[in-house]
Amino acid sequence: MTSTIRRRAAGAIVLAAAAATVLAGCGSGGGSGSASGKPSKTVTLVSHDSFAASTSVLAQFTKETGYTVKVLRGGDAGAAVNQAILTKDDPRGDVFFGVDNTLLSRALDNGLFDSYTAKGLDKVAADVQLDAAKHRVTPIDSGDVCVNYDRAYFTSHHLAPPQTFADLVKPQYKNLLVTENVATSSPGLAFMLGSIATYGDQHWQTYWKQLKANGVKVVDSWEQAYDSDFSGSSAGRKAGGDRPLTVSYASSPPAEVVGVNPPPAQSPVGVSTGTCFRQIEFAGLLHGAKNPAGGKAFIDFMISRTFQQDMPLQMYVDPVVEGAKEPAVFTRYGAKIAHPTTLPPATIADRRDDWVKTWNSLVL
Amino acid sequence: MVVPLAFFAVFFAYPVAAIVGRGLRAGGHWQLGRIGGVLGDPSVRHVLWFTCWQAAASTALTLAVALPGAYVFARLDFPGKRVLRAVVTVPFVLPTVVAGSAFLALLGRGGLTDSLFGLRLDTSVWAILIAHVFFNYAVVVRTVGGLWAQLDPRQEEAARMLGAGRFAAFRRVVLPALGPSVAAAGVMVFLFTFTSFGVVQILGGPTRATLEVEIYRQTAEVFDLSTAAVLTILQFLAVVAILAVHAWTLRRRESALRLVDAAGTGHRPRGGERALLAGVLAVVAVLILLPLGVLAARSFDGPHGYGLDFYRSLGSAGDDSTFLVPPVEAVWNSLRYAAIAALIALLVGGLAAAALTRRAGRLMRGFDALLMLPLGTSAVTVGFGFLISLDKPPLDLRDSWLLVPLAQALVGVPFVVRVMLPVLRAVDQRLREAASVLGASPARVWREIDLPMAARAAGIAAGFAFAVSLGEFGATVFIARPDSPTLPVAVARLLGRAGEMNYGQAMALSTVLMVVCAACLLILEVPLSSSAATRTPAVPGTSPGGSGAAPASPAAPAREKALR
Repeated sequence: MTSTIRRRAAGAIVLAAAAATVLAGCGSGGGSGSASGKPSKTVTLVSHDSFAASTSVLAQFTKETGYTVKVLRGGDAGAAVNQAILTKDDPRGDVFFGVDNTLLSRALDNGLFDSYTAKGLDKVAADVQLDAAKHRVTPIDSGDVCVNYDRAYFTSHHLAPPQTFADLVKPQYKNLLVTENVATSSPGLAFMLGSIATYGDQHWQTYWKQLKANGVKVVDSWEQAYDSDFSGSSAGRKAGGDRPLTVSYASSPPAEVVGVNPPPAQSPVGVSTGTCFRQIEFAGLLHGAKNPAGGKAFIDFMISRTFQQDMPLQMYVDPVVEGAKEPAVFTRYGAKIAHPTTLPPATIADRRDDWVKTWNSLVL
Repeated sequence: MVVPLAFFAVFFAYPVAAIVGRGLRAGGHWQLGRIGGVLGDPSVRHVLWFTCWQAAASTALTLAVALPGAYVFARLDFPGKRVLRAVVTVPFVLPTVVAGSAFLALLGRGGLTDSLFGLRLDTSVWAILIAHVFFNYAVVVRTVGGLWAQLDPRQEEAARMLGAGRFAAFRRVVLPALGPSVAAAGVMVFLFTFTSFGVVQILGGPTRATLEVEIYRQTAEVFDLSTAAVLTILQFLAVVAILAVHAWTLRRRESALRLVDAAGTGHRPRGGERALLAGVLAVVAVLILLPLGVLAARSFDGPHGYGLDFYRSLGSAGDDSTFLVPPVEAVWNSLRYAAIAALIALLVGGLAAAALTRRAGRLMRGFDALLMLPLGTSAVTVGFGFLISLDKPPLDLRDSWLLVPLAQALVGVPFVVRVMLPVLRAVDQRLREAASVLGASPARVWREIDLPMAARAAGIAAGFAFAVSLGEFGATVFIARPDSPTLPVAVARLLGRAGEMNYGQAMALSTVLMVVCAACLLILEVPLSSSAATRTPAVPGTSPGGSGAAPASPAAPAREKALR
């Protein structure tokens, strides 16, 4: 009695396994761009977990265009881009937002986006238009990864905070810096890219050897570095953080004072303005989008003044559109970075893995 | 049997095979040469070695610390026992990022051990091991304790009456009976620590990585799917090997046991047990309550001193932002998903456990092992697999909210099976036979014998599956969801931002998660155990007041042999 049941079960397992492999082999074959009859009234935005906008601003988009926005979020920026690439033959939405200059080439090389020249692009700063020839992506925001310092520490130690990459290897800043693992953290990666942009492919390794000799501490995530090890953030202070320098964002100082009543004269966190690497985030119309018209309308909206002025307090990034006003808390507590470092996306794509491996063997 | 198999084929085997297949096939060719390349990489071998030994050490330490706890919670009556049992399960569901930072506060610089003894453990392996005990304490207390509470204490008493010392009675009577569930708990802890992600990332520093961390890195950061695929297969093989060892030990130990209602086995501590109780309570206080307390304290430590500032801001925020979900909504999302996931897990796992109890043989053991595989599979693999495999009718689930509870149920099923199997298997077959001889229909046999025994186990299993789903983060975050974030996802989102408010809100939400979890476990346990108490088996000789103690019956192993 049991033997027939058992045999059947065995068959089922084998079948399931076989079916699974066959189907996996076929992967996502056909079925792209099945244009349905009636135009959809929903625009689907695919993004990372940090995407945020005011609900009232999104409501205004609906009022202006008649489209409602549905947001799909999945993981951090890297995971979200990879998900989009995996599903490119049958995209999950119309617009993807959140690919930055360190990941841009991966997305473009995989043919993720259709070209679209957004309305109002002429008001977007030229230096952030990294795909100006083909317009497959539209710049939406920029932000700078910089060394942050604990103001109180440097005041009480009568020490000037470091301002440049070169400062960080000086003896007076020994054992003060905590940074992130470049393999697991995007600010960590950006900081390494900043050092490469500054010292070149020839000398950046020497720089990191000096940094290591000067007692740089490496942890796996930004959360760990900023909220636990850094003595300047409110969380880090409570956690007993003992490193007055960390790799974070130029927008961390305003973030530290948002919601603090009464507002302090200064943010407890300062920015070493000569240590910055610029990250630019892009949006693009997904190839095979079900609602391309709605997707285009939303990209236009993302570089409208309404959306641009809403971004700083929602995502702690800077607008890229001329004339977009920053909120008072940004102008009052934030740092303006005049000369951030940067590298071409194609170079990052080509060299990234080698650099990460080299960094690993040098620093860890 | 068919239901669990189909469930696993569709929601586990197929998605995982799809993503692994994608990794190993580039440009239409199988890239099997990659396997040798990855395995030959010394850094991969280093990762594998670290993964294995830290898991072995963590499991040993967890068993050593938690087994006395299992006894105390199973057999001793003391005030606040139920609440405490619910509380020790809380770490298990906390996002590791949150719990890890609480641990750093205790073990790291300026932490408790530092200020008291000048001892800092934050970059040592000890921090990882201790945190693993913290997370998995409940696994042992619940799986082993669940059975222990139902063992007939009179067997032990009889052995002592016949002249055996306390230790001998324990070794000869109790230990063999508990063997399978200790092994089951050990295997689960091993699997969890083998695939440890957050703890190792936070407490281990950047030089220590488990296979799981490496798979995540290759998939989500580097996007080297072929390396990820090879590592996934490697992790698979390791898990299968572990399960094979487990099945082997299980086969040698299993026996039918005399089970009684758990409500009748507890007693007030006497003699040396008082010291044991005190010891266990001290361990729980230092190891579990203290880190949880640190978290709660931080959630109250607002900008204007201790108060409810962060909770108030949670309540008022989210009015005009898509970023911060109102906490009530996140709680509701979490509860809804977890309830559905627990139901699915209970259905699938319950059917699987019933099938495994009724039949034996090599194939069934293979099936048993199959059900454990999701625990040993990387969340990012499952999440990405869902995305590329469940995208066409009739299984176009990518945009369905159901995807989240399905992924969570996958992790819950093994718990249901592990908790229910020892109890179901331990039911003496002769009871069922006796009932049939006395004229009971098969349905009545199930209702009168299996069900009452299984009810309590089902309650524990449901509680576990629910808790696991409540805290599940990995697979949930890697599924691009229509936006209804669960509590752990909302916490992670807040932690990813600078600023006192965001951090404080993350702590407040974590505290909400702790309280919700503890409350749910309490609610799940209370009615079930009391209903079990009123539904004692009606067959003669099985009720607590029935005939005297008899040695554990060797019927089950004999049955297995006969069937092979």
